[in-house]
Amino acid sequence: MQLIISIKEFEVTFMDDFITLAYGSGGKKTSELIDEIIVPAFKNSELSKLNDGAILDGKSKIVFSTDSFVVNPYFFPGGDIGKLAVCGTVNDLCMCGGEPKYLSLSFIIEEGLPTQDFITIVNSIKKTAKECNVIIATGDTKVVERGKGDGIFINTSGIGYLIQDGLGREKIKKNDAIIVSGSIGDHGIAVMSARNNLITGSGLISDCQPLHKISKELLKYGEDIKIMRDPTRGGLATTLNEFVEEMNFSILLDEEKIPLKESVINACEILGLDPMYSANEGKLTAVVSGDRAEEILENIKKIPGAKDAAIIGRVVDDYSGKVVLRTLLGGTRVLSKLSGMQLPRIC
Amino acid sequence: MLWKEFKKPQNAKLIIDEINRMDIKQVKIMEICGTHTMSIAKSGIKSLLPKSVAIISGPGCPVCVTPSEAIDEILKLAGNKDIIIATYGDMLKVPGLKYGENLEKLKALGANVEMVYSAMDAVEIAKNNPSKEVVFLGVGFETTTPGTAIAIEKAILEKVNNFSVLSMHKLVEPVLRALLSMEDIDIDGFICPGHVAVILGEDGFEFLSEEYKKPSVIAGFEAMDILTVIYRLLIKIRDNDTKLENLYTRAVSKHGNLKAKEIIFKYFEPYDDIWRGIGVIEKSGLKIKDKYKEFDAIKKYSIKITPSSKQNPCRCGEIIKGKMDPIECPLFAKGCTPENPIGPCMVSSEGACAAYYKYQRI
Repeated sequence: MQLIISIKEFEVTFMDDFITLAYGSGGKKTSELIDEIIVPAFKNSELSKLNDGAILDGKSKIVFSTDSFVVNPYFFPGGDIGKLAVCGTVNDLCMCGGEPKYLSLSFIIEEGLPTQDFITIVNSIKKTAKECNVIIATGDTKVVERGKGDGIFINTSGIGYLIQDGLGREKIKKNDAIIVSGSIGDHGIAVMSARNNLITGSGLISDCQPLHKISKELLKYGEDIKIMRDPTRGGLATTLNEFVEEMNFSILLDEEKIPLKESVINACEILGLDPMYSANEGKLTAVVSGDRAEEILENIKKIPGAKDAAIIGRVVDDYSGKVVLRTLLGGTRVLSKLSGMQLPRIC
Repeated sequence: MLWKEFKKPQNAKLIIDEINRMDIKQVKIMEICGTHTMSIAKSGIKSLLPKSVAIISGPGCPVCVTPSEAIDEILKLAGNKDIIIATYGDMLKVPGLKYGENLEKLKALGANVEMVYSAMDAVEIAKNNPSKEVVFLGVGFETTTPGTAIAIEKAILEKVNNFSVLSMHKLVEPVLRALLSMEDIDIDGFICPGHVAVILGEDGFEFLSEEYKKPSVIAGFEAMDILTVIYRLLIKIRDNDTKLENLYTRAVSKHGNLKAKEIIFKYFEPYDDIWRGIGVIEKSGLKIKDKYKEFDAIKKYSIKITPSSKQNPCRCGEIIKGKMDPIECPLFAKGCTPENPIGPCMVSSEGACAAYYKYQRI
């Protein structure tokens, strides 16, 4: 009797009394925050879909998205917070089937930020925006006291024209193929290494880049493209789980086919991390019709930034609602969503 | 890259086929290292073995076996604004006796908690913050203890007096002896932890075969290492061959790392310690010697860690002993998840339940 009471007491799920860093990790805690606080507060049909951006009614359909950028250090191998702020929102618009057009740009700057750093960041934004053919249409700047920010935070919102409507996981069918546009986990591991000065000279570089060219190529295949996502925080594993959660199909991945840089594998081995849960900032994953997958792959591989693209798995109906990995050894295991934060292990 | 040689699937297939050809009755093999737990789960080894071969995770995760009583004392320390707690990352999530309380949450409330990758970093933090006291949480088996000892030595040499260590370091041999002395234990063989063996050498595990007559093999951490060791163990169990074997010769020597062993016992001495889910085990923990008491946080802050009498429905004790599968625990995936762990096995990503939760729930 005692035992049952205790178990019941533990069964209650609840949100914490205050926000910890885990709520920003992109995993389950982040979902909790979104599902329990944000979505109920602003409930509307577009927001409730929890897509990377919204498709709004108008003369021409538009795609709308927003993202905030907090990264320490704000300069990292392969990019900086400015490049990230443009790519992040541009990529979200692309993943919704849109062609990015306009961005808003808001800075929250911590007092003491070297002006030269700020100029470097602004120039990086300018360069990346030009590359993506987007206009920074509006913006804002605030400065907070020293100690109240991490040097600089940026928010960008973006609007794009809809190229293709109706992308979504409900389109996914058995035998569809899973494509990734290149190596996995580069950004997260590069930033973590830069932050801690742990591994240097190892060729760890963030993959931060806009995905507009790759997504535009994919959208040429119309109905054969089921859904696209850029697996940022939480990594590829978390994104793929979002495709299959509560669905009657599952994804079977082939570990051998997943493109990984040797430097990332080595760093993960040393730090005890898993690249499947590490953030990407310049990669997309798409579910496409199985019978056209090879052709689609060949064409996107011609685009700079997608030369290492690969078909990494298939949609199956064996283990509904789960992502399952066939390991290098030929065994199978579940690949679940990220739980809490990825923490380095001690032994 | 050398590690690639140990991941070759074609070699694995040979061994797996060979294991499946063996006519194996029920066999229970225990591994006693968190990295083995993770490696087995990540590579899907269990899904390739015959059903009659059970691989069990023993008390091999030092973070997981840190008692909630100690965590409660750490949480109290973290409440002191003049103290910086320096810790390895996976200690952040370890809960105390009160459900949901951990360092990660206190950090969000403003406690000074710094994640470090090495004990030496904690000494640096102390040097950079002379007005604060830095307490390093010393966790781990013989593998991490030498690092803590070197940090103490550095603090002594450089006269860093605002640095101390809260030692929860543990020893492998006493817990294995305690486990093997339990009446209902029926483990047929051991996969010995490669990391600890680097320090202790083959010598550190001879007692398993000599005294307890248990077939034991020292293993590395790549999937191929582990598969090979499982295969060897199955043969040894079949042939009743209890001699200790070392299949991690690229890292483990006969006598181990003598310098590391020496520095451990220069600064630490064994004492009766509490293990989460198991209880008190004689001479199983390491405390800082009285001679260095100014670096001992337990003495510096008059900390008393006493076993609690609070009942916990968690079955980690049974799981660690190999008497129960994680999924058989009434709390598994219900009240006890990696987000809100209750028992030790769910605490670290290396824990038996956490690995099971993450990788094997098909």
